[in-house]
Amino acid sequence: MQALDDVSLAIRANEFFTLLGPSGCGKTTLLRLIAGLDHQTRGRILLYGEDISTLPPFRRPINTVFQNYALFPHMSVGENIGFGLKMLGKPPSEMKASVDDMLRLVRMEQLKDRQTSQLSGGQQQRVALARALAPQPKVLLLDEPLSALDLKLRKEMQIELKRLQHETGITFVFVTHDQEEALTMSDRLAVMSEGRILQVGTPQDIYEHPAERFVANFIGDTNFLTARVEATNGRVANLTLTSGASVSAALPGSGATTTGDKVTVVVRPEHASLCVDEGIAILHGTLVNIVYFGTDTHYYVELADGSEFTVRMQNRPGNKSNYVVGDPVNIRLDTDSVQVVKD
Amino acid sequence: MDVKVESTDEIGTAIAEQRDVRNRWLLATPALIIIFAAALGPLLIILVYSFLEKGTYGGIQPALSFDGWFSVFLQRDIFDDTISLADAHLSIFWRSVRLAFVTTGLTLIVGFPTAYFIATRPERTRALWLFLITIPFWTNLLIRTFAMMEIIRNEGALNTVLILAGVIDEPIQILYTDYAITMGMVYVFLPLMVLPLYASMEKLDFNLVEAAYDLYANRLRVLRHVIFPLAKPGLIAGSILVFIPSIGAYVTPRVLGGGKNMMLGNLIALMFGQGRNWPLGAALAITLMCIVLVALLFYVRYASNSDSNHG
Repeated sequence: MQALDDVSLAIRANEFFTLLGPSGCGKTTLLRLIAGLDHQTRGRILLYGEDISTLPPFRRPINTVFQNYALFPHMSVGENIGFGLKMLGKPPSEMKASVDDMLRLVRMEQLKDRQTSQLSGGQQQRVALARALAPQPKVLLLDEPLSALDLKLRKEMQIELKRLQHETGITFVFVTHDQEEALTMSDRLAVMSEGRILQVGTPQDIYEHPAERFVANFIGDTNFLTARVEATNGRVANLTLTSGASVSAALPGSGATTTGDKVTVVVRPEHASLCVDEGIAILHGTLVNIVYFGTDTHYYVELADGSEFTVRMQNRPGNKSNYVVGDPVNIRLDTDSVQVVKD
Repeated sequence: MDVKVESTDEIGTAIAEQRDVRNRWLLATPALIIIFAAALGPLLIILVYSFLEKGTYGGIQPALSFDGWFSVFLQRDIFDDTISLADAHLSIFWRSVRLAFVTTGLTLIVGFPTAYFIATRPERTRALWLFLITIPFWTNLLIRTFAMMEIIRNEGALNTVLILAGVIDEPIQILYTDYAITMGMVYVFLPLMVLPLYASMEKLDFNLVEAAYDLYANRLRVLRHVIFPLAKPGLIAGSILVFIPSIGAYVTPRVLGGGKNMMLGNLIALMFGQGRNWPLGAALAITLMCIVLVALLFYVRYASNSDSNHG
């Protein structure tokens, strides 16, 4: 399947694919184009090689779970779930069996005859899912379906969604602005900003090798440093940081870099640590703040050039730190932890 | 209103509740007086009049008589005193009911798309459309009806244009026919259908329409399975609002139907006027009310049944 909206995107069959981006980045529009609820002015949408661009939504084997669920208030839970099948002209016996299956799948067997207004948010969510899954679409689109739920319910539904995707084998295209949700749930994800797709890859790819400054900033906590390219060798470059230290860094897939260029590099806070030995230290600074998070502790450091740098260290027994705010500290970086990004 | 007051003093709570109930009734009194005095009072008077004897020069005489009710459905031959059905009255009943149904149906057919159109406009332009719908109310009904007469009469605008355009050779007789009455009534009562329909469509969540599209419902099915059932409160309200005044309409049939195509409203007016038969007029008025009631009961029953079928 391919959706063109300034850029092209290929989603693989049976994967849990996420469109991630801040609100207004165009991810919902992309989803509506795939569903057929909006129409692209240029470009095509292919589903298993077949051009579906001109098909109205009711002819596309694609169903949507809407952000506000959009359950039909004049129908019971069972009738809501059976609606798609009824419109497809399935015989009543098959419809009933399918609705019962779906109710079992989302664990709502007892609520078949309820009115949708009598359901809690989580239950409505399940009905919306069951309704969209019942006609066995080739693709299920989910438009920020969890944003209206409270944290605990959201965690539950995240696991539930993964289970459903696994059990049904349907391709899920999930839209969210929550980077954690995107990382934990997706097989692959696309990071979007201002109508463009910046990077597509597995969660690990994107977290560990962000291609652009925006991606690195949007997903996880990141330290940005400025560096000068000394030499390049394939996908690896030797850099000089403003602190004067030399590091080797991975280059992003696209964009040529030449010797002497000024580049931005990123380092994840957990890939840095405070050290006593000044010899292996890459950066030097003053400790500005220490925040204890239970599993780990964040150290906020002001570097010599005035920029901020965060170090995240795991709290282990015997790993007691005796740093205090105001201490001069040395920071070392893990090997292969530095990544050049496009600005 | 349900206000729960936590109190260990049960008696105190009970007294407070009692006072609360009394206050509520007291506050509702003005409304209740208006309802009883303005709505039920005249009805009672009409009911009583229908069982009295008619006065020679109109009005009534205070003596019990069933002549009024007798004449609603039956007539006594003045020569041989045989009793037969009052054909004239029955045909007027029939025409009134028929025209009221036709009017309701036509206003629905025209009003539904109109209301849908307005409800799907951007929010800031909706007020303008609604405003346009209400403009006819600014002019007196009689004047608007005469204006319509100017348009549809044989030498009127419509026929002139059609003849000039070569569509017809002779003017079509529209005025003084049932078509004229129907046209006039649809025109007059259309806003009463559009406004309640709009009110229920405005509340309609258009996400539901998209959801239905997404679930393999084509346009017609979206209309039938989503928009129609959800707009039904407005549809029922609109139909009632159009049907009731239609069946008792007076001005439109009088002006556009001429003298000959009488409707119930005209018959009743005739009995209270030149006919000088107030008891018959009163009995006819109550009969009209009963027809409306029966029609409403059927309508509401039907409407709620069809709901459970696909709802």
